[in-house]
Amino acid sequence: MAEKIKIAIYWAAGCGGCDVAILDTNEKILDIAEAADIVLWPIAMDYKYEDLYALEQGSIDVCLFNGAVRTSEQEEMAKALRSRSKIMVAFGACAAWGGIPALANLFEREEIFKSSYLDTQTTINPEKVIPLTKCKVPEGELTLPRFYNRVWTLNQVIDVDYYVPGCPPTPETIWTAIEAIVSGNLPPKGSVIGSLKSLCDTCPKEKTEKKITEFKRPYEVMIDPNKCLLEQGIICCGPVTRDGCGHRCINANMPCRGCYGPSEKVADQGAKLLSAIASIMDVKDEKGAQELAATWEDPAGTVYRFSLAKSLVFDYKKGGE
Amino acid sequence: MEKNFEPVIVGFLCNWCSYAGADLAGVSRMQYPPNLRVIRVMCSGRVEPSFILKAFQEGADGVLISGCHIGDCHYVDGNIKTLRRTPLIKTLLSQLGVEEERFKQTWISAAEGEKFAQVVKAMVEEIKRIGPFKKQAEEESDDFDDKAYGLMIEAAVTIEGGNIDG
Repeated sequence: MAEKIKIAIYWAAGCGGCDVAILDTNEKILDIAEAADIVLWPIAMDYKYEDLYALEQGSIDVCLFNGAVRTSEQEEMAKALRSRSKIMVAFGACAAWGGIPALANLFEREEIFKSSYLDTQTTINPEKVIPLTKCKVPEGELTLPRFYNRVWTLNQVIDVDYYVPGCPPTPETIWTAIEAIVSGNLPPKGSVIGSLKSLCDTCPKEKTEKKITEFKRPYEVMIDPNKCLLEQGIICCGPVTRDGCGHRCINANMPCRGCYGPSEKVADQGAKLLSAIASIMDVKDEKGAQELAATWEDPAGTVYRFSLAKSLVFDYKKGGE
Repeated sequence: MEKNFEPVIVGFLCNWCSYAGADLAGVSRMQYPPNLRVIRVMCSGRVEPSFILKAFQEGADGVLISGCHIGDCHYVDGNIKTLRRTPLIKTLLSQLGVEEERFKQTWISAAEGEKFAQVVKAMVEEIKRIGPFKKQAEEESDDFDDKAYGLMIEAAVTIEGGNIDG
């Protein structure tokens, strides 16, 4: 290869796990370094905003953007990176569908601040200090980024070319993505790097007739490792989730939590899963259905664990259609 | 709230009972508000939760699902699927911040034109009372006026009697 491709890796409202996952490619990271120059990677290299703004438009070949958009600073960085990158990749569940941070969309911003800065038992804040966008101190005025009313996915804020799913993406998925980018053998725009099948399609567990009589959480059951988890009353996101993760959770007898996002034919992961679960509830009358449904703690948080910001109710572009 | 607010309600009615019930209300010249936009489906069991969310995404203020009474389903147990989904959908919507008045699921037979008219009337009234459905980000601008904070801080002060320095 004549010239190395230029990669930028950025993080927004995420945990940093995606960055670590890139390092988890182990010795392959050396191959990545061989094929690509990393021009920006805040978690691993020193850089300042000016360094990014000094880069020319379109001078970055690929930007791997992980994390959702919650603050004005993150939105600004997403836009700055978009204009400088030829290919923008939403890397990981948060950037693609909102991920865990987007569960905060179930609450108002004010509730979140009140809970985080005032109410929680572990908070010691006798002066009731709450972050403000502007604050006067003797030395002058200090500013902070705005905290938006909700969490946005990357593609609700900027144009996104590809999606790498996972929380975090597995080394295999990352490697597939990098290989595709380096070789120039790219799928159509908008593709998600992963299988076209759902997780259930390739799940090795034994499946028979499904009938749920009570919703259980994993700790409440002695899990039979050979049997479908749904049949044991545990809500598994396998029916609607994209395959490609290597069944990490399933192999550890934990239900799929849906981090690889909706499978190819599914638009709204949570609504589809809710429908699937309802169809295997073993009830025939309204009272029974209500009682059974009541044993399910937190349906929204379960079916939308990683995709709440992309739920149809929340899915629109920031700043109008 | 706007005075002349006319809610848009999307109604999924099953072909065999509720749609015929609506038809009966029509031919019997019963008066009910015209806010319902009817979508005829073959069975209420066909209505996926995604349809409901999609309706809200597209700007509906309410969603009504109506099918045959239990035992009357043209497809034997299609409406059983509806009744299983309903409580889950209700919980989901309330968690997503959609008021409970905005979603209703009823059973209306082909002979119950009057009941249909009443259900629609009641639903329109309730939704008129709570106002239009607003998307989360539109509730208030993302621009950070510190007004909301101010209220919160005030509340904290009243409760705790503490003093606040930003």
